[in-house]
Amino acid sequence: MTTTAKPESAAVNRVGLSKADYNGLPSTLCNGCGHYSIANVIAAAAFDLSLEPTRVAKFSGIGCSSKSPAYFLGRSHGINGLHGRMPSLATGATTVNRDLVAIGVSGDGDTGSIGFGQFKHLLRRNVDMVYIIENNGVYGLTKGQLSATADLGQKLKHGGLNEMPPFDLCLEAIIAGCGFVARSFAGDPRQLQTLIKAAFSYHGTAVLNVISPCVSFNNGEGSTKSYVWGRDHEMPLHEIDFVPLEHDEIRAEYEPGEIKDVAMHDGSVIRLKKIGQEYDPTDRMAVIRLLEEESAGQLFTTGLLYVNEGRQTLVEQNRLVDIPLVMVPNEKLRPSRAALDGIIAEYM
Amino acid sequence: MTVTHSETPPVINKFTITVATVNGSGSQSANNTLLRTIHNMGVPVSGKNIFPSNIQGLPAWFTIRVSKHGYLARSEQSEILVAMNRASIQEDIQNLASGGICLYPEEIQLPLKRDDVTFYPMPVTELVKESGADFKLKPYVANMVYVGILAYLLKLDMNEIEAALTYNFYGKQKAITLNYATAKAAYQWGEVNLAKSDPFRIERMSATEGTLLIDGNSAAALGAIFGGVQFIAWYPITPSTSIVDNLSEYLPRLRREADGKATYAIVQAEDELAVIGMVVGAGWAGARSMTATSGPGLSLMAEFAGYAYFAEIPAVIWDVQRMGPSTGLPTRVAHDDILAAYMLGHGDGRHVCLIPSSVAECFEFGGAALDLAERLQTLVIVLSDLDLGMNLWPTKPFEYPDKPLDRGKVLSTEELTRLQGEWKRYADVDGDGVCYRTLPGTNHPAAAYFTRGTGHNEAAAYSERPEDWSANLNRLAKKHDYARTIVPAPVVDLIESAEVGLISFGSNDAAIQEARDLLNLAGIPTSYLRLRALPLESSLVEFIRKHKRLYVIENNQDGQMHSLIQLHTPADAVRIVSIAKCDGFPLTARWIREAILTQEAKEMV
Repeated sequence: MTTTAKPESAAVNRVGLSKADYNGLPSTLCNGCGHYSIANVIAAAAFDLSLEPTRVAKFSGIGCSSKSPAYFLGRSHGINGLHGRMPSLATGATTVNRDLVAIGVSGDGDTGSIGFGQFKHLLRRNVDMVYIIENNGVYGLTKGQLSATADLGQKLKHGGLNEMPPFDLCLEAIIAGCGFVARSFAGDPRQLQTLIKAAFSYHGTAVLNVISPCVSFNNGEGSTKSYVWGRDHEMPLHEIDFVPLEHDEIRAEYEPGEIKDVAMHDGSVIRLKKIGQEYDPTDRMAVIRLLEEESAGQLFTTGLLYVNEGRQTLVEQNRLVDIPLVMVPNEKLRPSRAALDGIIAEYM
Repeated sequence: MTVTHSETPPVINKFTITVATVNGSGSQSANNTLLRTIHNMGVPVSGKNIFPSNIQGLPAWFTIRVSKHGYLARSEQSEILVAMNRASIQEDIQNLASGGICLYPEEIQLPLKRDDVTFYPMPVTELVKESGADFKLKPYVANMVYVGILAYLLKLDMNEIEAALTYNFYGKQKAITLNYATAKAAYQWGEVNLAKSDPFRIERMSATEGTLLIDGNSAAALGAIFGGVQFIAWYPITPSTSIVDNLSEYLPRLRREADGKATYAIVQAEDELAVIGMVVGAGWAGARSMTATSGPGLSLMAEFAGYAYFAEIPAVIWDVQRMGPSTGLPTRVAHDDILAAYMLGHGDGRHVCLIPSSVAECFEFGGAALDLAERLQTLVIVLSDLDLGMNLWPTKPFEYPDKPLDRGKVLSTEELTRLQGEWKRYADVDGDGVCYRTLPGTNHPAAAYFTRGTGHNEAAAYSERPEDWSANLNRLAKKHDYARTIVPAPVVDLIESAEVGLISFGSNDAAIQEARDLLNLAGIPTSYLRLRALPLESSLVEFIRKHKRLYVIENNQDGQMHSLIQLHTPADAVRIVSIAKCDGFPLTARWIREAILTQEAKEMV
């Protein structure tokens, strides 16, 4: 086992930036909001990975979750679009600039209801981006209506009794063809940070469904999206470590036979340590079975539920030039006079 | 058999042919062959496909107007009918002009005879059988029978027919041979069996020399390509789809690198909500981005249109207008999205709109729209229409764009360094209301800003302060005023003696040019201003002041452009009269003439 200085303890990371360079504006969310914890974890993950903030583009829709990109990576371009339409904005922007490291932040209303179609089609296209769902099962910004991920039988002051089963956004993602599906909990920053790092390294759409309690409208007893419930009922699939391509300082102490390494397209590795159950995150049917089974129970499994990097991304399907389309010089965008003459001649 | 009537003087190069068929019976190639043949004989000709919203079975009509004077507008009545459709034949014969001719398959029992019409039966079944065409091709070959018989009757040059077939069936030698043989057999059958007793003839002219036939949607696609389009998202909708079909055909030929990789991307989206999101996302990231749609799609794009206006993101929508409201008549024309497009979205805000009137302007605006969107950092909507977009029009070859691509005000890494990172996204540095932007990926620590549709100050930070809000909306209004000075100006034909000024736009142009000649003959000289863009500007006001009576002529029910013009010149509003009609067809010169004569008669009282 080799040991070098941990990035956390260094003043600057490999690209010469300090942690503060990854900060955003002060939050305007409620105190204790899970979304703000997630924003901090995203910033920490980006720092650890030494991402160039100027290469990152942040996308969001509308809702409490969608405000949060303002609270991390202040040196990155961000676009706060329309309710449920973040996927289409990200599709357009990442297609014309393949060098962008794209991260989208959405909520359960933004993704599970108004933007459900765009979410599914984004996954079908396999747009290369990290897609974080901050899932609290409630419409916070409009003060407490039930969302499509609200628990069956849940009662809310304004929303009343929910008599419909929730969408499981992880299951929906897998069925739509997504090749990286993880679930985590805003109260578990260590696991979340590891998953976010792995998601940044993944080639294609990486979906992270993060249970993020709403302290104002959905943190009560009995809500599966509360801090208390989360801490008591969370069942991690594995202990996870992420080994970035360029780093050699992380060497987890795993015994052979208990470890599964999952290699990412860029050469980095997610290292999963079994905790008690047989589970293969590359087995699509197994994860579907797991999610179906747990929907009847009282657990929510966290960790990397499914990973499969086989599919080509939208940019690859389009056989685009290697440089971003937006970097193609003007001279190459307008065909020649002779080309126009040639086409006109065909019509004559 | 043939009914003859008394000899009349020949009618040369001045008549209209209607081919009545069943939709989906493959008559398009035959009709385009006739159109191209007449065009290549030097005679001005235009074609209009009046088709149903259906793939197969409902009636369709193709009208070919031959006009030695060069009038390209629709004419209301035809002199020649090719009656291939049993379902519509009775009405088709009724609609035929007196003195006209009717060609019909001899298998069809005529439901109606007219003494003032010459009937020519055609042995369609027999000639198709003789052609040896297999079962699948028979309906197509049947259409060649009327091509051949019309060629005989009108004295079309069979060599030109062959050339037109060769063009239409490019590269498919078997199809060319089979179709030409059938047309020729029909021609020869006519020579032997039909005693021509009607006056209609085509004679060669040289009026179309150096021109080509093309539809507006093809021209728009080519214009966008030569305007450097980089990103296209779309969802299929009649009558805009062929813009993207053409982009998909030409972009791979024109915009791939030596290694076959593309300098453009086309994404077929799940709906128009996603379409416009992708276009705005790509525009935000710095690409020249567009889509093509029609009324219902435009409605779905409304929320993002307001977003693009307020967050100031370049994007282009081609709205190939069809008849609304609602689903309306998807295959019929109207200019009924004027107000919807100009005001698209909730809250305050207006959009720059370009209005092409010819295929040449479709080409020109294909690039101009992308330039204006980036120059003004806003949404630009091009208001084309079904008649312009889907029908073939003669045109001179398009002019290669002489100005470089206008990429607008974008700060690069170097410029940010020179500014020492001091810049604000929404600061009006130049006084034209257009601010400087940076693109994601720009490698400078001060490059980033947060784009939002919520209230923001000059630095793009969230703000609910009333002074920030008003300042921003005032600047956007100023930008709109600046747009007035750079959008394509109206085309004005001023007649000194004219008291009457006509104002119109778009593909109405053809009918208006013809109507002005008719009005002249009726003793009413007219000036003419053709709008090419919104917002309206100052030369329109001057034009209005110079004329006593003004007529705004448009193809919609509500007189939409008329309302905008009245708002633009409130002091003159009472003198500006709306001449509007919406029945699914392009306006005709005769209708415009009648409508204006009626109004003028009121003035005389």
